[in-house]
Amino acid sequence: MEDSIRSSRRQLLQMGAALGGGLLAKHEGALAAENKPGELGTPLGPYGERSPFEKAVRWTRDSKTPETGSSFTPLQDSVGTLTPSSLHYERHHAGIPTIDPAQHRLVIHGMVDRPLSLTVAEIRRLPSISRTLVLECGGNSGSEWAAKTGPDVQRSYGLASCSEWTGVPLSLLLAEAGARPGASWVIAEGADACRMERSIPIAKARENILVAWGQNGEALRPAQGYPLRLIIPGWEGNTNVKWLHSLKLTDQAYMARDETAKYTDLMPDGKARIFTYQMEAKSVITFPSGGQSLPGAGLYELTGLAWSGRGRIERVEITTDGGRSWVKAQLQEPRLPIAFTRFRLPWRFDGRDAVIASRAVDESGYVQPTREALIAARGTNSNYHFNGIKSWRVQADGMVTNVEV
Amino acid sequence: MWKFSVMILAGAAWLGPGRLAAQSPKYGVGRPATPEQIRDLGVAIAPDGSGLPEGSGTVAAGREIFAARCSKCHGEKAEGGVGPVLVGGRGTLATAKPLKTVGSFWPYATTLWDYVNRAMPFDQPGLLKPPEVYAVVAYILNLNDVIGNDQVMDAKSLPKVKMPNRDGFVADPRPDVGKPDVGKKAKR
Repeated sequence: MEDSIRSSRRQLLQMGAALGGGLLAKHEGALAAENKPGELGTPLGPYGERSPFEKAVRWTRDSKTPETGSSFTPLQDSVGTLTPSSLHYERHHAGIPTIDPAQHRLVIHGMVDRPLSLTVAEIRRLPSISRTLVLECGGNSGSEWAAKTGPDVQRSYGLASCSEWTGVPLSLLLAEAGARPGASWVIAEGADACRMERSIPIAKARENILVAWGQNGEALRPAQGYPLRLIIPGWEGNTNVKWLHSLKLTDQAYMARDETAKYTDLMPDGKARIFTYQMEAKSVITFPSGGQSLPGAGLYELTGLAWSGRGRIERVEITTDGGRSWVKAQLQEPRLPIAFTRFRLPWRFDGRDAVIASRAVDESGYVQPTREALIAARGTNSNYHFNGIKSWRVQADGMVTNVEV
Repeated sequence: MWKFSVMILAGAAWLGPGRLAAQSPKYGVGRPATPEQIRDLGVAIAPDGSGLPEGSGTVAAGREIFAARCSKCHGEKAEGGVGPVLVGGRGTLATAKPLKTVGSFWPYATTLWDYVNRAMPFDQPGLLKPPEVYAVVAYILNLNDVIGNDQVMDAKSLPKVKMPNRDGFVADPRPDVGKPDVGKKAKR
């Protein structure tokens, strides 16, 4: 608490320096107003904004083609288990389309008895469900395969976010269209400029996929697929096709570019694993984490996030001595399946060099592996699906850096 | 039979013309997808070639289109630039520096057609007409020594192209690590 006050004061000072004297004076005035009962605040507004003192933002790599790329959630600033829609990670391939929901249609065709064209209003009228689910890019933590691992939690683990999603079960739509016998795949296509497509086995489509239109209590954001997207619990983000406008039932996978040339995992023998949809158990300490610093020795609360594409997090263990001993962290309830689970552990920093890390175990018994074990099994060329244990070094001076163990 | 007809008529009268057009049996939503809608969404090409349109393209025609529309990003000889390299890399997949290109990595030529057609050129996706897509695909395959200089690509020939890495993909064996009892179970 004391630390967060200190850090927000520091942020204030930094912000003041960045914004210049006039604004600083204004903010100081605003701060002073807190202590002056009787001074009126700002009037009501139609759509909320966060405090101007809050500065957490997504990180984006500089690019000559900014319409394709990723933005990373600032996990080091995340609170609790939900990601605000405005800070949800993004991955686009041809920009964010602007779509009028009144003009948008979802067409279900191919091997169906009744090819259907549905309006967004019709889909929103159907029985819906809401689920809190983590969404993680298949390429999240891809930097960790390399010899030099990611310097902070945002850039190395930030292609993962957690939202409450609302939509209609895809199984219901398939029943309405009447999937024909022999239909074994669903080819999903988006209405972005490049019409991103993925092949999805129909068994998964019948199990628990949502055609979602809501996120965190409101409509999807444009960057998240407005007005319709797939939400596929536990599967890599790329399959969760945004701006969904076509579902074609077929008897074969279509071997789209994003399931052959990309999102396949190259092994040391030169063969690549294909249709590696499943995201596995993972965790990372978000405080203290790379780029942060502790103001001095004392009692702190270590905290971080754990999740698994296979279900609930069963336990999280933490080491503060470089892996020699592990203790169980406290888990925030309720632990929802395939969702961020917040873990915490009190820790006394004694002012000496320490290597800290977390290890998640999910309800299937899967234990988050070390980076070393992953590399032993898969080499360093597989790019995708890195879920190894991430270590941070807390230096004697309090600075936190990334470290390989 | 008579009773059955009356029931149908009564049902039709109750539903009304608007309702009759609705397709979905349980919730009464949607309209029949029109052939135009399905045609417009029919850009997805299967590895067996289903969905490929009429038309054809030559390597020579592709070279010209590539120079005009693609080389800005991918380089004059598809050696890469702002956009990825599209040529070379054969024999590198099992090395420390694998180069994944159309020639070294992509398992199906139909994927190249599908992707060029839907997503390229980057700044104007969908610009190329089917014969132009066939031609660009022919040129890129030729640059990779997958087809000869005189081979023409069309809906019949393209799916028959055997890509060098066609057999380079395996099913997902995970969990391969992280599951302590996996090895034990396999031994039993």
